[in-house]
Amino acid sequence: MNSALSKALRGNRHGIRNYLRRYWTLYLLLLLPMAYFFVFKYIPMAYCQIAFKKFSLVKSVWEMPWAANNGMEYFIKAFANRDFIYALKNTVMLNLLDLIAGFPAPIVLALVLNELRFKALKRLTQTVAYMPHFLSWVIIGGLALQLLADNTGLVNNALAGAGIKRVPFLSESAHWVATYVSLGIWQSIGWNTILYLAAITGINPELYEAAAIDGAGRLRRIWHVTLPGIRSTIVVLFILALGNILQSNFDRPYVLTNALVIGVSNVIATFVYTAGIRGLQFSMTTAVGLFQSVICVGFLFAADRLAKRFGERGVV
Amino acid sequence: MITSKRSKAGDWIIVLVCVIVMLVCLLPIVNIAARSLSSTEALIRNEVGLWPKGLNIEAYRHVLEDGKFTRALWWTALLTVAGTALSLVMTAMCAYPLTYDKLKGRRFFNVLIIFTMYFNAGIIPTYLLLKDLSMLNRPVVLILPYCLSVFYMIIMRSFLSELPVSMRESAEIDGAGPIRILVSIYLPLSAPVIATLALFYAVGRWNGFSDALMFMNKREFYPIQLLLYNLITSMSNIDIVTAEGGTNPGLTESLKAAAFMFATVPILLVYPWLQKYFIAGATLGAIKE
Repeated sequence: MNSALSKALRGNRHGIRNYLRRYWTLYLLLLLPMAYFFVFKYIPMAYCQIAFKKFSLVKSVWEMPWAANNGMEYFIKAFANRDFIYALKNTVMLNLLDLIAGFPAPIVLALVLNELRFKALKRLTQTVAYMPHFLSWVIIGGLALQLLADNTGLVNNALAGAGIKRVPFLSESAHWVATYVSLGIWQSIGWNTILYLAAITGINPELYEAAAIDGAGRLRRIWHVTLPGIRSTIVVLFILALGNILQSNFDRPYVLTNALVIGVSNVIATFVYTAGIRGLQFSMTTAVGLFQSVICVGFLFAADRLAKRFGERGVV
Repeated sequence: MITSKRSKAGDWIIVLVCVIVMLVCLLPIVNIAARSLSSTEALIRNEVGLWPKGLNIEAYRHVLEDGKFTRALWWTALLTVAGTALSLVMTAMCAYPLTYDKLKGRRFFNVLIIFTMYFNAGIIPTYLLLKDLSMLNRPVVLILPYCLSVFYMIIMRSFLSELPVSMRESAEIDGAGPIRILVSIYLPLSAPVIATLALFYAVGRWNGFSDALMFMNKREFYPIQLLLYNLITSMSNIDIVTAEGGTNPGLTESLKAAAFMFATVPILLVYPWLQKYFIAGATLGAIKE
C-alpha cells in the first residue's frame, strides 16, 4: 500500500492530486483484501522462523531462542524421523500414480465426449460426470467404506456372489493405493474434462472437414486433428501437475486411511497434522512445511521453464 | 460435422462408454439413497443394492429428531451463507481495482497477491497465528482464514477485464467514481461470474472439514462434514445415534445413509443449474495474465 502511494507520489504533483481525487476509492476497496493477505498469508510466512527456533508457548515468535546446529536442529530431526521419510516417499508415490493414471483419464473422456453425436446425451453425461467433484472427501470416503468393505461391502458381495475372491480394497496396502488412485479419478475425471473440452471447441472445424475429405476415419481424425489441437492445454496441465508433485492433499488420504495401511497412506499433510497440531512438535512440523513449500516453488519454476522450452505460455 | 466415414459401431461404443461413465458416477449415490430408505432388517442382511428394501423413512425421522445433527446442519448452512457473502464481497473488492490499467501500484498488488498462491507458509504457522489471535475454537475461525481465494479472484478479474472499457470511460466522463461504476455497471453485468464463484465458495464451505478438524474443538460449532467424519470413523457412532440405534446396527447403517443424504442433496440440487456458468468460470481460471 505505502509503496504504491509513494510510487504514485513521485509523479507530477498536480497530476497526482487529480489522480488520487478520482481514484482514491480504488485503494479504499483494496484495503480489506490487502489486510487479509497481510494477516492470513504474510504473517504466517514470518512465523515460518519457528522452523529455526526452539518453540515456546509463553514467548512470542520473535523472542524464541534459536535452535541448535545453527538453527537447523529441527530440519535434522525431521529427516531423522522415520514417519516423515515415509510421508515424503508416500507423497511422491501417490502423486506420481495420480499423474500416471489420473492425468490421461480426463483427456480420454473429453475425446469420447467430443465424438458423441447426440448432443443431449453429451450434456447429460457431462452433468453427471461433474457430480463427484461436488462431493466432499468425507462423503466419498464414507461411500467407499460402505461399498468396498471386505465382508459387507456391496462390491465384494457381488464378487463373492460371482464366485470371485473378495478384494481387500481398503485393508491391504497395494490395494489401498489402487483404490486411492481410482477414487481420485472418479472424483475428478469429469471436472478435469472442462479445460480440454474448451480447447476442443477452439479447433477449426475446417480441419475436420479436410481430414474427412482425405478419407481419415474417426481414430485418425482424433490423432491428427483433435489431439494436436489440445496439445498446448495438455502440455501446460501436465507440467503444472509435475510442478505439484510434492504438494499434498489432506482430506483425501486422511479420510481414506486406516490403521492397516498407514504405511502407505501417511503423506506430508497428514504427518504435519498428527505430529504438529496433535503431537505439539511445532518447530519440527513447521520445518517440514517450509521444506515442502520451498521445494514446491522450486518445482513450479522448473516446470515453468520446461513449459516455455516446449514453446508454450508459462505456467507461473 | 461430416458423417459419411463414421462407422455406426464406433458411435455405439462411444454411447456405451458414456453410459458406463454415468453409471459409475451415479450408482454409489443411488445405493446410499436406497440404504437410507430401507428397513433395518434388510440392511443387516446386506440385501440393499440399488433399490430400497422394506421401504421406510424412519432414518430420516431419526436424523431430523437428533438435535446435534439438525443443529450442525443449520450451523453449516449459516456458515455457508455468511462465508459466501463475505467471500464474494472480498473477491470483488480485490479484483475490481486490479482491472484498472491506470491504477498506480497495480503490478505491486498483483505480485503481492500471486506470490501467496505459490508460496504458502504451511498449516502450522497458520495454526499458531490463529492461536495468537485467539481465534482458535471460535466460530470466526471457520470463516475468516480462507475467505478470499486468489484463484477465484483471478477468475473474477479475468471476467471483469473482458467487459468493454468504453463503458467505464463514458461513465467516468459523466462524473461517476469507481465505486459507483462498480455498483451500477460492473456488478449487474457480472451475474454469471458471481453465480459461479458463489457456487465454488459455497461448496467449499459446505464440504470443508479439515479447517474445522484443526482449528475447532468445540462440538457445538462442528460443521456437518466433521460430524459426518466422526460418524463414519467411530464404530460407536457417538454423535447422532440414539441409545436405540447404538444397539441396532441396521438402524445405525440407515441413519448414516440418511445423514449422508442430508449433506449431499443440497449441492446436487443446485450445481446442474449453474453448469453453463461454472464451465465458463473454470475456463477463465486458466488465464493468469
